[in-house]
Amino acid sequence: MANLKEMAKQEERLTGGHRACAGCGIPIIVRQIMHSIKDPVVVGCATGCLEVVTTIYPYTAWKVPFLHNAFENSAATVSGMESAYRAMKKKGKINKEIKFLAFGGDGGTYDIGFQSLSGAMERGHDMLYVCYNNEAYMNTSVQRSGATPFGAHTTTAPAGKVKQGKEQFKKNLTEIMVAHEIPYVAQAAVGNWMDLTKKIEKAMTIKGPKYIGILQPCQLGWGYPMEMTVEIGKLAVDTCIWPLYEVEHGKYKLSYKPKEKKPITEWLKSQARFKHLLKPGNEKLVELIQANIDKHWNNLLLKCEGGVV
Amino acid sequence: MPILAKTGNEAMAEALRQINPDVVAAYPITPATEIAMIFAQFVADGDVDTEFVAVESEHSAMSATLGAAAAGVRAMTATSSQGLALMYEILPIVSALRLPIVMPEVNRALSGPINIHCDHSDTMAARDFGWIHIFSENAQEAYDNLLQAVRIAEDTRVRLPAMVTTDGFIISHCMEKIETIDDAKAKEYIGEFKAEYSLLDVDNPITVGSLDLQDYYFEHKYAVAEAMKASKDVIIEVGKDFGKKFGREYKLFEDYQLDDAEIVIVALGSTAGTAKAVVNDLRGKGIKAGLLKIRVFRPFPHVEIANALSKAKAVAVMDRSDSFSSAGGPVFTEIRSALFDSAAKPKLINYVYGLGGRDISKENIEGVYDELAVIAKTGKIKNLFNYLGVRGI
Repeated sequence: MANLKEMAKQEERLTGGHRACAGCGIPIIVRQIMHSIKDPVVVGCATGCLEVVTTIYPYTAWKVPFLHNAFENSAATVSGMESAYRAMKKKGKINKEIKFLAFGGDGGTYDIGFQSLSGAMERGHDMLYVCYNNEAYMNTSVQRSGATPFGAHTTTAPAGKVKQGKEQFKKNLTEIMVAHEIPYVAQAAVGNWMDLTKKIEKAMTIKGPKYIGILQPCQLGWGYPMEMTVEIGKLAVDTCIWPLYEVEHGKYKLSYKPKEKKPITEWLKSQARFKHLLKPGNEKLVELIQANIDKHWNNLLLKCEGGVV
Repeated sequence: MPILAKTGNEAMAEALRQINPDVVAAYPITPATEIAMIFAQFVADGDVDTEFVAVESEHSAMSATLGAAAAGVRAMTATSSQGLALMYEILPIVSALRLPIVMPEVNRALSGPINIHCDHSDTMAARDFGWIHIFSENAQEAYDNLLQAVRIAEDTRVRLPAMVTTDGFIISHCMEKIETIDDAKAKEYIGEFKAEYSLLDVDNPITVGSLDLQDYYFEHKYAVAEAMKASKDVIIEVGKDFGKKFGREYKLFEDYQLDDAEIVIVALGSTAGTAKAVVNDLRGKGIKAGLLKIRVFRPFPHVEIANALSKAKAVAVMDRSDSFSSAGGPVFTEIRSALFDSAAKPKLINYVYGLGGRDISKENIEGVYDELAVIAKTGKIKNLFNYLGVRGI
């Protein structure tokens, strides 16, 4: 594995000058991924922040082949490119080893692109799908998605006089991907570069469909100071709202266990989207959130120990 | 030249086998399913080299086909009706990216109410997406048109996607005698595909599908319009060349007994076959009846059609779909617009007919010619917009 110094010397495959917000977690993710792949890589991307900020015509921040088709079909589109690659390879028209990478935000992955993703994974295309999960539709101004956590304020599930933000818990897409019985599924987060790098490197050695969900703090949608992105990512892991783990051929492995699991209140008070939850009268909601996190965390620990949940 | 008994779907699948695309991504939908089924068997038997991707929806079928085409290979799919409707979002992206995807499309009524039989509502709703639209009268034309569509779409003067349609069940499931081309000759005719760009060219990376705002979007759309305009001559050229090579020449439209015709029907697809039989009967009685069968609906050959119709006295435009505009079906509005600048022009009426597979008989068409004869004689139109074969009116 390359260390940070070596990585810094590598050529950037996503250059600067793109239009991501200051403090955005997406370019951190994309650059770390690109630095972790040695082979040539072809990228497909769903409509969303990543596509919008990196490709405004006639400019591009991509130094690798990049294709954007539409919102809900990143996985299907990349599956077509990967099939074309196999056809060309079979005919001897291409000899290079090329990796295929599909990106989607949580809207393009958990919601509108869910079917396309599921289909591509089931068909077994040799590709890595990466969901940069900022837990809402940030590109259109913070609407709730299937990845938005319980109680979070969004513009389509706002906190108000009688409502306290989103009334449902988030979909556990990572586990749904595990249920597809694909060779590799993992969770990673911004702020844990070594963990992400290792996971990408491992994924690249595995043939077949791979899925990695990466929690990506969004200063604009979550409401925290822009210089805090990395710390917020680490806090997500330390509060166990987004544990780092991987499932290789069905076998669970915890990538990181916090020495001391931090209480959910630390997470809630770090971001404006949760501030209404800390008001007097909402204590029960906070307890509910904590209980939900504990349940998922304990289940995960059991799975990693090889236990039955 | 092998003579075979084939349904429309089998004829399309046969053409697909000879085209031997690098990638086919498809999803089942009546009445087009057979095309993918037959083709999947070709793949299973090693008759083609294609990577067949059995996707989980038509949206993904078109998305994967787009991805494959952008990766620089010849990629195809096939669909019908609801399936095409699910693809609508991606169709204008394909044309904007100038990907020459060729797609067999079996015309079927759009839901609702749900129906599996023929009308043209599915592709008519897709007429403004920058795709070339070619209609077929029978299985032979479906086969010939599909082969020609590859040459047309991939021509560097065009580089636009093309759909070749047949009428659901009427053509797709009816067995006819067709003449195919020898495999070796078909292969030579289709030729190697040379992509304009490829995302697999990792040494020369490009970005495709950029966000394209006020300062460039318009120019890119104009380029599609220009390519569509340019495709007309290419279609004519390819049709002539096909005739020279294989004995069956194709034009933008077919003029059947049109030269001296006073009363004319304009139709697309299988209805043209029925109309020809009626024209023959009427000619036998000394009535100057004619038919203009539109083969290419996009690009719309407005000048040529206006010229061809200008000498007639009365013309009925047959629309197998409705625009629900209260101002006529989609073919009618095109023809009416095309005739606007003609010095001489016929009286023009519209019939919406055959929705959801409602049969159109020789008697129905005779009735239309009877009405046209009255209009030709009196110069008066009773009803501009008509519905043919619907009960309760």
